[in-house]
Amino acid sequence: MSYLGDVATLARKDLRLELRARDTLPAMLLFVVSTLVVFHFALPEGADEVAAQGLLWVALVFTALLGLARAWAPERESGALEGLVLAPCDRSAIWLGKAAAVFAFLSSVELVALPAFALFFGSVDAATVAGVVLASIGICAVGTLLAAMAAASRTRELVLPLLFLPLAIPLVVGGVGASVSSEPARYLAFLALYDAIFSILCWASFEYVVSE
Amino acid sequence: MSGPEGALQSVVEARKLEKRYGSKRALRPVDLALERGGVLVVTGANGSGKTTLLRLVAGLAAPTRGTLEVRADRAELGYLGHEGFLYRELTAVENLDLYGRLYRVPERRERIGMLLERFGLWEARAERAGAYSRGMLQRLALCRTLLHEPALLVLDEPFTALDAEGAGLLDTQLAELRGERTIVLSTHNPERVAQLATARLALT
Repeated sequence: MSYLGDVATLARKDLRLELRARDTLPAMLLFVVSTLVVFHFALPEGADEVAAQGLLWVALVFTALLGLARAWAPERESGALEGLVLAPCDRSAIWLGKAAAVFAFLSSVELVALPAFALFFGSVDAATVAGVVLASIGICAVGTLLAAMAAASRTRELVLPLLFLPLAIPLVVGGVGASVSSEPARYLAFLALYDAIFSILCWASFEYVVSE
Repeated sequence: MSGPEGALQSVVEARKLEKRYGSKRALRPVDLALERGGVLVVTGANGSGKTTLLRLVAGLAAPTRGTLEVRADRAELGYLGHEGFLYRELTAVENLDLYGRLYRVPERRERIGMLLERFGLWEARAERAGAYSRGMLQRLALCRTLLHEPALLVLDEPFTALDAEGAGLLDTQLAELRGERTIVLSTHNPERVAQLATARLALT
């Protein structure tokens, strides 16, 4: 079986676990929708579009954080990460499989969040959708690695946001820029560059994260 | 363990191997050499470092001092720890299939079926691991460990939680593997594996 075959096996395992346990995706969906509802009532009448776009990104980043906090929970509960680490597959495949599964969860949430945002705050244009997709790739790449690091810590609930949020700032800048700028291509290119750089860094460093 | 001439063909060889976590010493310095096909039985009181030693051999921890050479790659290693590395939401078959794929086990389904049958889990093969009793989980973890027919087996207290029938099945399995595989096994009941052992290590 190829490297991509291992990735598919591991990602399929995570999707199956979520379908059975249903303890991450419903929570993410509920969180993002209720956050948008709260923002809808909290935003003053006549507030401009830029403010609303900013709130979309706040909702998406914190929803992703909720999912990332649970990303390695099945492995933590069963000690299975060590079982995967001992397997003869390339260890980066463990990270890529998990990141792919997290991306699937986050994309499912966004399929609900974007129409809900359009309902409350106005339309969502193509640049915003492209920004959300590109930012999601970066969130999943970086977040999955950081969540693996945090999973080994007793204070993981504190560690993950502290590590993740500073690294998510460029994604928010790029995402908001793509949503509100008259030249979204520059911001989308910035997000694509972030994705490429950080995906390679995370892919290469996962081996060290799971080694003692 | 063996003398220096045997050490040349050792699968596991350690010299002054020591492990510390911060200032806490988890394993006092040990020397050992285990030849291919040998069975090393590790004994010792709680906290003497049995699990630490086995985790070092499996590559799950790095030595603080001393040297450790394990002449088996990850594909040739089967490790059974205190946790079974099993997903509670997956069935027995799905758990074994996952590891079978990652270990590239040929004729995976037949091998999984044979192991589940052998360890008395065939009837419960479609149940989620989370619904298993502690003893059944240990049996399933043994299936996972043996699935890829590892050349080096590292078993940390494998009789834990097994009932008389399960322990008997494991006895039979170990007797079959003796001489064919290299085995490092820790136990609080050395009499149970006395006939299998080719070497003993008592940790203090």
